[in-house]
Amino acid sequence: MAGSPEDSRATRPPRPSTVFAYIIRRLIGAVILLFVVSLVTFSIFFLVPRIAGASVEDMASRYVGKTADAETIRQMAEKLGFTDPLLTQYGRFISAIFVGADYSTGPTTVHCPAPCLGYSFITQNPVWPDLVDRMGVTISLAVGAAVIWLLLGISTGVLSALRRGTVFDRAAMGVALAGVSLPIFFTGLLSLTIFSYGLGWAVPGGTYVNFADDPLAWAGALILPWVTLAFLNAAGYARLTRATMLETMNEDFIRTARAKGLNERTVVVKHGLRSVLTPIITIFGLDLGILLGGAVLTESAYSLPGLGAYAINAIVNNDLPKVLGVTLVGATFIIIANLVVDLLYAVVDPRVKYS
Amino acid sequence: MRKQRLVTMVAAGAAAVMTLSACGGGGGSSNNNNKGGGNPSATGPNAAIGKVFNPSDKKGGTLRMANAGDWDSLDPGDTYYAYSWNFIRLYGRSLMMFASAPGQDGAKLTPDLAESKGVPSEDLKTWTYKIRKGVKFDDGTPVTSKDVKYGVSRSLDKDTFPNGPTYFNEFLDLQGYTSPYKDSDPNGLGLKAIETPDDQTIVFKLKKPFADFDYFAGMPATMPVPKAKDDGTKYKEHVVSTGPYKFEKVELGKSFTLVRNTNWDQATDPNRKALPDKITMQLNVNADDLDNRLMSGDLDVDVVGSGVQPAAQAKILADPNLKNASDNPLSARLWYTNINGEVAPLDNIECRKAVEYAADRTGYQRAYGGNAGGEIASSLLPPIIPGAEKIDLYPSKDSAGDVDKAKEALTKCGQPNGFETNISYRAERPKEKATAESLQQSLGRVGIKLNIKPYPTGDYAKLYAGKPDFAKSNNLGLMVFGWAADWPNGFGFLKEITDSRNIKAAGNTNFSIKDPKVNDAIDKAMTEKDENARQKAWVDVDRKAMESAYALPGVVAKGLYYRPKNLTNVFITDGFSEYDYLALGVSG
Repeated sequence: MAGSPEDSRATRPPRPSTVFAYIIRRLIGAVILLFVVSLVTFSIFFLVPRIAGASVEDMASRYVGKTADAETIRQMAEKLGFTDPLLTQYGRFISAIFVGADYSTGPTTVHCPAPCLGYSFITQNPVWPDLVDRMGVTISLAVGAAVIWLLLGISTGVLSALRRGTVFDRAAMGVALAGVSLPIFFTGLLSLTIFSYGLGWAVPGGTYVNFADDPLAWAGALILPWVTLAFLNAAGYARLTRATMLETMNEDFIRTARAKGLNERTVVVKHGLRSVLTPIITIFGLDLGILLGGAVLTESAYSLPGLGAYAINAIVNNDLPKVLGVTLVGATFIIIANLVVDLLYAVVDPRVKYS
Repeated sequence: MRKQRLVTMVAAGAAAVMTLSACGGGGGSSNNNNKGGGNPSATGPNAAIGKVFNPSDKKGGTLRMANAGDWDSLDPGDTYYAYSWNFIRLYGRSLMMFASAPGQDGAKLTPDLAESKGVPSEDLKTWTYKIRKGVKFDDGTPVTSKDVKYGVSRSLDKDTFPNGPTYFNEFLDLQGYTSPYKDSDPNGLGLKAIETPDDQTIVFKLKKPFADFDYFAGMPATMPVPKAKDDGTKYKEHVVSTGPYKFEKVELGKSFTLVRNTNWDQATDPNRKALPDKITMQLNVNADDLDNRLMSGDLDVDVVGSGVQPAAQAKILADPNLKNASDNPLSARLWYTNINGEVAPLDNIECRKAVEYAADRTGYQRAYGGNAGGEIASSLLPPIIPGAEKIDLYPSKDSAGDVDKAKEALTKCGQPNGFETNISYRAERPKEKATAESLQQSLGRVGIKLNIKPYPTGDYAKLYAGKPDFAKSNNLGLMVFGWAADWPNGFGFLKEITDSRNIKAAGNTNFSIKDPKVNDAIDKAMTEKDENARQKAWVDVDRKAMESAYALPGVVAKGLYYRPKNLTNVFITDGFSEYDYLALGVSG
């Protein structure tokens, strides 16, 4: 086990300049990736239907009322720019991100400032401010739940591994299995029925208070979604932690640590747990990224006005600019989360280098 | 188990409170002067149908409402949902409105911003209204006929306001006018089809005679809009009120709050009681959670007004206490199936009649949840529409279909062994899927083989079944569909689904009914001056449509509504087939 955590040579932090260069490289990669995501998403919404045989009028017909005639639909298609070549449309979308765009509201014109991620012609609103507005809810939900599930999942997993085969282990793993198996739209509604409408301990669905307005009420409103969401994820983490921990505790370096006469607590926490963290961080990065992109089911079960619920409404209403905007923001979160995870590897596992 | 016990607990609690409030009801200081009477202690299922449940004049409190989806728009010129037209009367005043009264009285038009009903010219092409004096916007500015004209003019601009109905576009003598935003008149009042000889008078000029214009005058588009405050698509975020409530806060896609409009004067308004002090609306609420919150007393009204979800329906029907707090009214909505005459062999009327005879309508009803879901229909016009008559041209024992008659018709159309065709339905609607399957079975009895084709709900009318070219080239012989009246009268229900002259290249509401005899009957009905004769003329349109066998009526919809204990002055209005939002108050 060359390069085990005991190897003092490797615990030196990487040189800042190397890390900086690495980050720059990754950021450039991220921008290219986002560009590709935007191109693919744009194609799915605007190119694929055309290939499938939809006319520009067919596409515009989603943005007119139910009694519109052919003339109105044609005018709407022109207004939305669907009659322009696709490349021009894509160029317009990309340029709006950097320099903004103007949209007519009837008597006046609204400027959608950069980064303008499109303009919803159904709600008549630029997409970006909507997303910013809803991000607070999603971040609150994601971060709170993540803290709970990490603490709960990892500690349960470690304890289960250390007490393998005991009643605690079996019970915890049984509950964990239930946690991964039960869908949130079921546990969500059930928890609301019991704790909110039955016992009156929690607020009803659809309640959200800004953190800045009242931190206590903010936490109070989110505790139920946090716990439900955390339960779902904690279960997976507990099972993963338990499995990795069991594997790690049989490794040579653990035996070495014990042989050196370290107490069991140090062995478990400092040596064992540290190697368990690498796989945990890997999936945590992905999970958190996905969650920030919109905890779709949780938000709709609890009627929270976050990015996930926004995405669902956009899809239901065929509001393509919104779907495009949410997709890009979600992709950004996942890319950032992955970058952070890669950087964290160095802190947790000294074998990782960025040169 | 635990869940069931909980529900029982909640239900028992609700029942107890209801009984208590009923006991205390008589001793209150409120005097009940509601039309329709209504016994304050009357509870039980359907206690709010045809009469007022828990009548009250007590003001105050907050009415908490929620919507499982998003509003199309709060702008009076851009909205087309029945619930929205019901609700909008709280913050806006149109020339005419549906009276706030239970049952059929609620489907009658009464003057609102206008002093009296419209005065038509002899040829029914010019309609004049006088506007009430003393009505003000919420900033205190008096309302004039020019504000009404401006409101209607801007609603014509379908580029800016695509959601609203297009009746004014079709009927007003526009002479090429499209929008006040493209108007050379600096006040945006260049539209010649509407005249405002003085501040209290407004005159509408139509290009064709129309006897029911008062219904148009009741559309939200006739609510006054002050030009100075109009910023087109953004106006919906700060609509200027003329009703008893004004907007305190609007958060698009999330919620809005209405509070009392201090510039509303009860003396100018005989139609509104304005009981609650405040009205809150949450948008995009999980539909099942919404039902749970209604039953737990955390919410007062599901504003969409189409009834509870299947999960809550099962709970309510199984529990007598919950059932006592529910209403199950008929609505002006029909679930039916179009029979496409453009697809062979359905181009032969006898083949279409074979479908009418062979269909088992009890199966259709089961698809919509049995008795609680609706009543079996035998023609298009729902019975709650004033003047509607029972027409049953293709009768069968217990509505289960007449196989012999169907076979006879098949022989007459030269397909004695039946034929094969496709049936389409909206993919996201399980009830329509069940309908298609039920028809597949019952038509199969006479050799008519149906292949089932689902298409996405959102584009069903625009890209699939409602697009004649697509329907024809894909052999969609039968197309499952549904229709609700714009207004509960013959014109409001039948015009959009029976007039073949309305059929467009895509986005239709009439998928199949193409018969000149029906069109002639429509023209006759639209110009009939006498109201009773007019109602009969629309029944004739219904009969002619059924004679041509282009539509297979299925079920007249019924919704199951839960009535929380907190609500006062509750009743179903036939004007909108849902609770009358203008009348509601709260006791808690």
